[in-house]
Amino acid sequence: MAGSDREAVAQEVFTALADPTRREIVAALASGGPATATDLAARLPISRQAIAKHLTLLAEAELVIAEPGERRRVRFRVNSAPMKVAQQFLAALARDWDGPLATLKETLG
Amino acid sequence: MAFPDRIERTLDLAQPPERVWAALTTAEGLGTWFGNSAEVDLRVGGRITLAWTSGDTATLTIERLEPPAVLGYTWAIYGLPQDDPRRTYVEFTLAPAGAGTTLTVVESGFAQLPEDDHKKAFDGNTGGWTNELGELVAYLDGRL
Repeated sequence: MAGSDREAVAQEVFTALADPTRREIVAALASGGPATATDLAARLPISRQAIAKHLTLLAEAELVIAEPGERRRVRFRVNSAPMKVAQQFLAALARDWDGPLATLKETLG
Repeated sequence: MAFPDRIERTLDLAQPPERVWAALTTAEGLGTWFGNSAEVDLRVGGRITLAWTSGDTATLTIERLEPPAVLGYTWAIYGLPQDDPRRTYVEFTLAPAGAGTTLTVVESGFAQLPEDDHKKAFDGNTGGWTNELGELVAYLDGRL
């Protein structure tokens, strides 16, 4: 995966998850396992139509994968690969060198 | 949006390189400013284990050791699961500056290798993985 592709993947993950409804859908799939749009509509306070629309977008970003099956019975599951790319991005932001280095300076002094 | 691959900090210290080197390479030093305690096996290929009172630990594998000028190590990427094979490379460089030291720390490799390469290395034997890591360091060093 080239650097620019990783950027594109991270971009898609952050864009897809910036929406609270899509976060809720991904969280439901992550905690409850694969589910159809109908299953999710029964569990979440969101219409089946809205869920289907969000699932399409999440599938385009490859955050969820549609399992093979008849249209209305298609189950979606979480795909962790793009999250791992986004995690890599966050890891760089979360690395705190400033705290320890300030302590180093203090200890030496 | 740029994918951040590299973090760099430069610190001007009043102490000479030898004192800074001790802070970076002894259990006493590392257990004071970096972790809350440390164990140090100071040789290339040796390990440094840092522990914090929070219960967190970090294992550093020493890749470059040129006292009192260069300390390089790899460690797991912060925030990723323990068993994730991806590692970043950290290099401390100490340069005399008058009576003191200019300390540079560079951590690189956040955006390093494709998943597939890691998988290959991880699925192979331990020796293979060690070789991969050596190559990673050489690559990050600009030697490959």
